[in-house]
Amino acid sequence: MKKNKFPIFLITIVLVAVLAGIFDYQPLWSKFVSKAHLPAAVNRGWRLGLDLVGGSLLTYNVDLSQVSAADRDSVVRGLRDVIEKRVNLFGVSEPQIYIADVGDQRNLIVELAGIKDINQAIEMIGETPLLDFREVEEMPAAATASSTEQLNEGPNYKFTPTNLTGRYVTSAQVSFDSFGKPVVDITFNNEGAKIFEDLTARNVNKYLAIFLDNQPIEIPIVKEKISGGKAQISGNLTPDSARKLVERFNAGALPAPIELVSQQTIGASLGLDSLKKTIFSGLLGFILVILLMIGYYRASGIIACLALLIYVSLSLGIFKVIPVTMTLAGIAGFILSIGMAVDANVLIFARMKEELKKGLSRKAAVEEGFRRAWPSIRDSNITTLIIAIILFYFATSFVKGFALTLFIGVLMSMFSAITVTKALLEVFIRDTKK
Amino acid sequence: MDIIKNRYIFFILSGVLILASIFAFYFFGVKQGIDLAGGTSWQIQITNSAVNEGSLKSVLAEIVAANNSNSSDFVIKSLPDKNFLIRLPTISEESHQKYYQALQAKFGEVKEGGFQSIGPTIGQELRQRFIWAFIIGLIGILLYVAWAFRKVSFPIKSWKYGVIVVLCGFHDIIVPIGIMAFLGWNKGIEIDTNFIVALMFILGYSINDTIVVFDRIRENLVLAHRGNFDFAGLINAAVKQTFARSVSTSLTTVLAIAPLYFIGPLSLKYFILTLMLGIIVGSYSSIFIASPLLYVWHPIKAKNKVK
Repeated sequence: MKKNKFPIFLITIVLVAVLAGIFDYQPLWSKFVSKAHLPAAVNRGWRLGLDLVGGSLLTYNVDLSQVSAADRDSVVRGLRDVIEKRVNLFGVSEPQIYIADVGDQRNLIVELAGIKDINQAIEMIGETPLLDFREVEEMPAAATASSTEQLNEGPNYKFTPTNLTGRYVTSAQVSFDSFGKPVVDITFNNEGAKIFEDLTARNVNKYLAIFLDNQPIEIPIVKEKISGGKAQISGNLTPDSARKLVERFNAGALPAPIELVSQQTIGASLGLDSLKKTIFSGLLGFILVILLMIGYYRASGIIACLALLIYVSLSLGIFKVIPVTMTLAGIAGFILSIGMAVDANVLIFARMKEELKKGLSRKAAVEEGFRRAWPSIRDSNITTLIIAIILFYFATSFVKGFALTLFIGVLMSMFSAITVTKALLEVFIRDTKK
Repeated sequence: MDIIKNRYIFFILSGVLILASIFAFYFFGVKQGIDLAGGTSWQIQITNSAVNEGSLKSVLAEIVAANNSNSSDFVIKSLPDKNFLIRLPTISEESHQKYYQALQAKFGEVKEGGFQSIGPTIGQELRQRFIWAFIIGLIGILLYVAWAFRKVSFPIKSWKYGVIVVLCGFHDIIVPIGIMAFLGWNKGIEIDTNFIVALMFILGYSINDTIVVFDRIRENLVLAHRGNFDFAGLINAAVKQTFARSVSTSLTTVLAIAPLYFIGPLSLKYFILTLMLGIIVGSYSSIFIASPLLYVWHPIKAKNKVK
């Protein structure tokens, strides 16, 4: 009856899977793109994690003790943008910088893929003009030394931090004072200008200290209230240091201090070695599964293997399209899902055999087998999906890959069981009734 | 194979496994990796063939003593191809560069495979996160199980399925924890983030496995006539029907990842081992423990034995 119906659906799926297979294997895909004159934009490679291409993962703890609770989000976001600019100056391709909330602490995580000189990068990120203004109180036992001479916070001065910091600086430039010494002019934004005005108004004829990286660089006397949001840093600057300072300001001053709390660097050769070993192991695992299936289930095992092959090809295609960053754990998660994907097929075959034994026709047995296997397939995958979602939200970046590939892998395996396997069975399974 | 009849054999086996695991965990504890406890892990390759673990040790001791007087503890482990894994307390990038330069000055070419230095606060955060993940995961699974078994409450209340499913889940993660504790004591194997991820995976996976068996029991109960039926026989039949599937799915999953354990990268080795252990134990518990527990707990067993 329906035996001769042309299996359009199956053929479409097989074609898509073959195309996905070409897409999955990057060397072949590049060739295909150039031969078929497709736009270069579709010739995208795999996105590999730091643990496979080598690179660094830096975790910074943000010190928000000086920032009011309401401002914290914007400060941390600003911090991320500033670090991003700095890293871009360093020429890292696609740096990933993200914020991680840990209780009431904020961490900034910086991923630098393929970076060679991590030491320099750390310096670049960490060596930051942390500028702030502090009010100065002369202690009773004040010495007569004039402002700039006595820079250390000795017994003579007491510095009180204010909320005017480098995060209000919009621009900076080098100029020279009347003695030809380099100075740095900084401009505050409106908010900063307002704070600066209040601050100077409060401190007329008093000292106001300018701190850079927690060191007082200048302690001028405020002569009058300053509005307009402009200030000048002189101190002991050389033309070179002034220029550097300006560059750093214009890349953005760090709005809050940061501290490097962890560093994970993987050498490129170790990464490549891991990648090769993982792919080889994965292939071997796949072959073992196929051998077992064919050895144990014979003909229907071959069908399961075809379904599995299509499943692998399509899933990898999805990973590449999204693109999912493939880490070691991510690839392991996918290999795991290959092993699990067989399960749905096994459940279906078992049910179908029972139905065939009852004497149902092929078509009916396939239908009935699927209908009765489906609740088990669904139920048996949902707990894994729940765990994958939770892991994705709670885990750190390397593990996120595992959760993501596992999640997509399991979803795809369910999909392929009810579509691909079914289509294959409808075409290939013979009636037991002669 | 009569699982119900031989149930006490399995109960005793599992009891012994769990007691041994708790014993191992209690007395050996687990060794935490640097991502949980903080510290530095540094992999280097020294081309100079004269260098061995002993000479590296004495040189490193000097370097550490020269740069960092307050801490001198470090561990060196030899890896294949003149690779060495060095464990230190958390150090700054500055010290890292100093150590590196000092090593190069002493041995000539030194290649860095990887360098990780993780502050102790990170581990604390991580642990907290995973505790939450675990709690939420457990709640999610409980809700799901309660929902999945909501329909059939005859002759067994559906929440009983749920409780047994979760008990089996615990069974399946306690045993790998015990084995890793033993390996930590015996071979110095550490647990890391991946280990916790593996445990969460096992929890989900083994519960899957149990659900499939219970699904079958549930289905057979619906098919069976109310009144006189042999509950033990029904359970045995359900287990028999799902046995091939349980074994084959665990087998294929273990087979798929086994090569990663034997020839995969070192950093995944114990992650994969934990997964394999959990899958095997999970498969065992869903066949030999879950159903007998259901039978033992079920109050009307005496009545139905009549048949």
